[in-house]
Amino acid sequence: MIFDFFTKLTGSEISASIISALLPLFLFVLPFALIAVLLERKVSAHIQDRLGPMRVGYHGILQTLADILKLIQKEDIIADSNDKPLFNIAPVLVFAGSYAVFAAIPFTSSYIGSNINLGLFYIIGISGIVVIGILMAGWASNNKYTLLGAMRSAAQLISYEIPTLMIVVTILMITGTLNLNELTEMQSGFFWNWMIFGGQATGIAKILLIPFMIVGFVVIYISTLAEVNRTPFDISEAESELVSGYHTEYSGMKFAIFFLAEYANMFAVSAIVVVLFFGGYLSPIGYLGNTLGLPWLIPVEQLLWFTFKGVAFVLVQMWLRWTLPRLRVDQLMAICWKYLIPIAFVNLLIVGLITLI
Amino acid sequence: MKEYFNNIYLAFSTIFIGMMVTFKHLFVPAVTIQYPNVKPQLPSRERNRLYVNMDDCIGCDQCARACPVNCIEIETVKSIPGEDLGQTTNGKRKALWVTKFDIDIAKCFYCELCVFPCPTDCIYMTDVYEFSEFERDNLIYDFVPLTEEERIEKKENHEKFMAEKAAQKEAELKAKESKNNSQDKK
Ligand code: SF4
Ligand code: SF4
Repeated sequence: MIFDFFTKLTGSEISASIISALLPLFLFVLPFALIAVLLERKVSAHIQDRLGPMRVGYHGILQTLADILKLIQKEDIIADSNDKPLFNIAPVLVFAGSYAVFAAIPFTSSYIGSNINLGLFYIIGISGIVVIGILMAGWASNNKYTLLGAMRSAAQLISYEIPTLMIVVTILMITGTLNLNELTEMQSGFFWNWMIFGGQATGIAKILLIPFMIVGFVVIYISTLAEVNRTPFDISEAESELVSGYHTEYSGMKFAIFFLAEYANMFAVSAIVVVLFFGGYLSPIGYLGNTLGLPWLIPVEQLLWFTFKGVAFVLVQMWLRWTLPRLRVDQLMAICWKYLIPIAFVNLLIVGLITLI
Repeated sequence: MKEYFNNIYLAFSTIFIGMMVTFKHLFVPAVTIQYPNVKPQLPSRERNRLYVNMDDCIGCDQCARACPVNCIEIETVKSIPGEDLGQTTNGKRKALWVTKFDIDIAKCFYCELCVFPCPTDCIYMTDVYEFSEFERDNLIYDFVPLTEEERIEKKENHEKFMAEKAAQKEAELKAKESKNNSQDKK
């Protein structure tokens, strides 16, 4: 889609693929990470009745830029007993894993990195690379805390993948497609056509679907929250017990890349939840472009809606983070295996029965 | 089974309550004081940096003797007749040149014991609490308003005066003795 456009524009497939690969990074992920880091600090500060960063720029809006400047200048420390090649690859892999997800996310109806039919499957598969990166970072650091953090993280990611997949399969049974663009288009119309309100189903089936869709949404939200290692599921980076886990040994830009990957991931999982349940880039109330007769305005509005929905879920993630304490390892596993998986499974079954109606 | 659903219910209700609490706090005005720009209001009896109003100091050394850590050092020189040092605000006549009044504020632990014995209330606590220095020596505060030369001059004046006095006395003594001697001879 965007790739074809750039191929026509530049006349070469290589430059087109480079441009279309870097576009979301510089236009979306980096600015988002910059804003989200500041937002996180501001939200946490105000929740705790503080002010947060106030020095750099008006109310500290340039704080993240200053932080990045600082991180770039920092010495890149590699300890003697680190496994150097793995140590250097790990942050790249973690970031690659979380950035690759953006390739299949439809930002608007006319912009999607790669409109593949197995979009959803690809996203779930490729985000597995993050686990490898984290394990690598933990192992290569040669430090017991980082290794513990990495092991916990791997255990957590693998267990929480299951409820996520269950819910994805639930959605699949209704829509019958893995293509995220088609999946979004199936929810078009007004907001009552969103998956959370039963999608395009009609009559009694729609009403029956709604409660199970809400359950599905809650389950996938919790499990994706666990997959991005955020509080209350942040035992893998637990500052107070593991000295921030797998990235303890990293400094300077490599640390910044881990940070960037975390925030990219936060948006990626929110985006997936939005695409699956909240109509992706679709507007809930119709487009201004249609009323004004300006067709080019529609994709812009769609991008705004998509960002708005995604950021709303990111904000809820932050809100949760500054509300809840960290879970213990056994509680973490209990939530996944005793609660989320059975619920997701029963949900899958019931939704399957409903779709037969 | 009942416990299972109860657990789920409990989890959601407690998370909901917690999130409501944090949401409310999102709109509570922050309690932060933007410190270097905005100074916090200190209690009126706070004890911070000492200040000595040298116009009123009579050099009585009471504060130095009261200090438990001996961080005040005072040296005084008597004034010579004819010099008028003026009066303190509460009407005491000043008779001593204070040639040294050093407070080593690095040693001071702000007990305020030096403040009470002062007969002229000229040593007191101020509300200044930001006086860090890079050199420790800069924390020895010299309160004497005289210049170095003036201090030496005062000391020399005094020595000269004492020497003159001593010479005078000796002369008187000699004169007396010679008088006595001459009387004896007669
Ligand atoms: S406040 Fe206490 S320690 Fe400080 S100079 Fe006075 S008597 Fe000494
Ligand atoms: S007690 Fe007061 S008057 Fe006496 S030497 Fe100290 S500051 Fe001066």
